Amino acid sequence: MDNANIGIPPKGGFSFDLCRRNDMLSKKGIVPPPSYRKTGTTIVGLIFQNGVILGADTRATAGSIVCDKNCEKIHYMAPNIYCCGAGTAADTEAVTDMVSSQLQLHRYHTGRESRVVTALTLLKSHLFKYQGHVQAALVLGGVDATGPHLHTIYPHGSTDTLPFATMGSGSLAAMAVFESKYREGLTKEEGISLVCEAICSGIFNDLGSGSNVDICVITKGDKEYLRNHQLPNPRTYISSKGYSFPKKTEVLLTKITPLENQVEVIEVGDSMEE
Amino acid sequence: MVGKNCFAIASDRRLGVQLQTIATDFQRISKIHDRLFIGLSGLATDSQTLYQRLVFRHKLYQLREERDMKPETFASLVSALLYEKRFGPYFCQPVIAGLSDEDKPFICTMDSIGAKELAKDFVVAGTAGESLYGACEAMFKPDMEPDELFETVSQALLSSVDRDCLSGWGGHVYIV
Repeated sequence: MDNANIGIPPKGGFSFDLCRRNDMLSKKGIVPPPSYRKTGTTIVGLIFQNGVILGADTRATAGSIVCDKNCEKIHYMAPNIYCCGAGTAADTEAVTDMVSSQLQLHRYHTGRESRVVTALTLLKSHLFKYQGHVQAALVLGGVDATGPHLHTIYPHGSTDTLPFATMGSGSLAAMAVFESKYREGLTKEEGISLVCEAICSGIFNDLGSGSNVDICVITKGDKEYLRNHQLPNPRTYISSKGYSFPKKTEVLLTKITPLENQVEVIEVGDSMEE
Repeated sequence: MVGKNCFAIASDRRLGVQLQTIATDFQRISKIHDRLFIGLSGLATDSQTLYQRLVFRHKLYQLREERDMKPETFASLVSALLYEKRFGPYFCQPVIAGLSDEDKPFICTMDSIGAKELAKDFVVAGTAGESLYGACEAMFKPDMEPDELFETVSQALLSSVDRDCLSGWGGHVYIV
């Protein structure tokens, strides 16, 4: 870890020492403000007969450019809890990773399966502490000893507990599908097809969502992560010939360095005594 | 860009302050160890500081673990260092390329606050990023041999920087 000479706080958390310099640079107009990768997104969750189904699209945007056509938005929190994230990509990944490791430590401490409300409380207190500046909007779902649970968490730290939920820029398109077709006591196949329909409506009607559909089904004691369950946007326009370059690149200097083969030294000696 | 058991990482060579060119042979790609390279685009001072911090952390890791860092681990390290400065970030977008176990190529890019983007084909960063997306999308083929990979990467880089005033003056390409 960095020692005190570098001036980094030893404990984790955010460090604000570049803020003043960045303010000065942006006032002078020298450096354009960085555009952060957002996950435009349609994320949904619903509770069915035996558990929870979470769904998400797979497009990540930086400004108006798609920078990742197949990113993963359903994050692992615990073996029985998964979380979909919308908003700034770095924030959703960091917050879910952090709470996932806190849950693991809690599991070691208590010796029991994690509960969804534990994850919920950890997430909402972290987001509220930063007053909405950590822009992560999450749909948290899981099945624990008390049954299936589905929650939405807003960037400022407020939460809702719902039987079906949508978040992200495509949330209205997906909610329209849920409001008309959701009913209690859906079977697994019906639930999966309803979630796919909701995500597809987000993909085709919202510009910030696109590419493929990811689904995660969590039931008591079991989970199924269906990555790229549906691919409604295949890449069909590739020409089979590919590109050929008649005019080669002009090379000014070539330097070839052979890599040394790393030799593993296995010490043959006395084995460690107790 | 990823090829068959190899990868290529390339950058342009211009260093400038807005429209004035300061240097035409600037090294943006640095070696972390024999099988891991990182290219840092953006503000030059931040990329140098970040590179020095990364080399420091990697050397400590080498002393403790007695081996080189795997590219996946290194990407998580860069992401953590960048996210630490979430509210006052480094103005720097890294591109990381390395060979992991069994010589499988690994590439990854991040935005300036550490959101990792792993890809199986190519990753881009910098002022000409938008044209690079287009050029690589059109020119990429899976499983290219090193010579063909070199040609593809150079052509994509040169054609994209030709359309960007803030990049240019040729390129450096590393094939591993």
